Amino acid sequence: MSLLLGALTLGFIFSLVALGVLISFRIFAFPDITADGSSTFGAALAAMLLVHNVNPVLATAAGFAGGFLAGTLTGTLATKFKINGLLAGILVMTSLYSINLHIMGRSNISVLGSFTLSTYAERVGTALTRDNTLNVMGWEITALEASLLIASFLFIVLAGCVMYVFFQTNLGTAMRATGDNNEMVRALGVNDENMIILGLGLSNGLIALAGAFITQYQGFADVQMGIGMVVWGLASVIIGEALVGTKQLGLSITGAVMGSVLFRLLVAIALRLGLNPNDLKLVTALFVFAALTTPGLLKRFKTLKLRSSHA
Amino acid sequence: MLEIRAVNKTFNPETPNELRALQTVNLTVDDGSFVVIIGTNGSGKSTLLNAVAGSFFIDSGSISIAGADISRWPEHRRAKLIGRVFQNPFSGTAANMSIAENLALAAYRGKPRRLGWPLRQPLISQMRDRVSQLNMGLEDRLKNPIGSLSGGQRQALTLLMATWLHPDVLLLDEHTAALDPKSADQVIALTDTIVRRDKLTTLMVTHSMQQAANLGDRLLMMHRGRIIHDFHGAEKKRIRIDDLLARFEEVRRAELLDESVAEMLRRVYV
Repeated sequence: MSLLLGALTLGFIFSLVALGVLISFRIFAFPDITADGSSTFGAALAAMLLVHNVNPVLATAAGFAGGFLAGTLTGTLATKFKINGLLAGILVMTSLYSINLHIMGRSNISVLGSFTLSTYAERVGTALTRDNTLNVMGWEITALEASLLIASFLFIVLAGCVMYVFFQTNLGTAMRATGDNNEMVRALGVNDENMIILGLGLSNGLIALAGAFITQYQGFADVQMGIGMVVWGLASVIIGEALVGTKQLGLSITGAVMGSVLFRLLVAIALRLGLNPNDLKLVTALFVFAALTTPGLLKRFKTLKLRSSHA
Repeated sequence: MLEIRAVNKTFNPETPNELRALQTVNLTVDDGSFVVIIGTNGSGKSTLLNAVAGSFFIDSGSISIAGADISRWPEHRRAKLIGRVFQNPFSGTAANMSIAENLALAAYRGKPRRLGWPLRQPLISQMRDRVSQLNMGLEDRLKNPIGSLSGGQRQALTLLMATWLHPDVLLLDEHTAALDPKSADQVIALTDTIVRRDKLTTLMVTHSMQQAANLGDRLLMMHRGRIIHDFHGAEKKRIRIDDLLARFEEVRRAELLDESVAEMLRRVYV
């Protein structure tokens, strides 16, 4: 049961990565891999501030702000300096690795002794239940697990709604149009370069926010923790698209969250069934590869079959 | 008023592919004037429009609209003064967004994009009103994605978008060339109506001699980066398709002569 709760909570937290990837890869069609660095950046900033007894809300917000800056930097390199988008992301991601080491001072730091959002959620949970454990349909779960799950769920609902509303505003509409047709938005007086910079900022802000939450959830930040973040996010987005389609932004956002949760559940099950944790990233990459190529292969297979039946 | 002063533009300078696309072009277009531009392939007519729109910066000379020198303005800043319709129907609209969202983007042309709500009721009723004037039945499909429409419908909407806020200059770059004849006629009729009704200062590039003869109050003919003929007023009104074809034939002969003379000189002197 606690495995299931953990997978759900992680799924909700990693939804922020999926939403970030949704912004960069889908809305802007920009292959931004800054995420691998910016998620750790958010984690490192939050961890360092928490260790110095900064208020956890402020520390988490600082994580978001750090990721936002990293994203705008990638956007600036790609637009103002005309560097290939992938390379711009690689440059920022690589430099963040050193910066993260500098922030943390070593390759990982623990926040278990500090007052974090997790501590806060546990206090609220214990106060509400007046007990340390809950009984849900015969399963014993701790107040900490339950409150973290509910808190992460509420937060992701809020984040999804804010994102949905934002992309309906004048600014958000202009950003979506930039990803769709940048020639048109320039002709309508929108500075498409600034839209991309701001969009990548928001994307990486969300991803860094996930890093800050993960740090407080698992109790430590590690300089390696961001590796594979883009692929995870992409896997979630793809699962979401398979579940709800791509027609509307509201559906895409819901789909990305659902995809992230489903993906985490699948990972938990696979690990339970004996998948070597070392193979997790390889399996995820293979999954994304399969999801990207299968539709095209199926189409070719169908036309081949049609042709042979006509012949 | 649009003023183009001694504008030069060379693509790929000092390479084997060097193309002198605009050579000391001078043009003054009065307010409300509807100028049609024709020319041979590669004559620089689209380049002239793109120079005004800011797709690239000119090498020398100046371009000003309503007295403001816009030569060094980036494209998105010029959009405050300029409405554009492209040749490709896919270029002027965002395919994955709804008709209403596309129109809303146009209703804020040149204005800062902030966190306000674009699809407010007054704007939506204005949209229904203006879209119904297209007689395409699109007013009831404002929530449909633009990508589901035909090329003609998309071009008609792009024209509506370009003229939603009165532009100081309207640029039409062969905006019916990619359409079937029936849609092209519809879009041309719509163009004529809107340009006359709003008295828009317009530059329209076309390949169609028929459009060139029938539309507008001024006709420019371009060749090799230069304006070689400029018909105004009564002269423009008199012009027929045959006259235009004759002018093109003249240009072609001159060209042939140039080449044969060059060939002769080469044979004699080299």
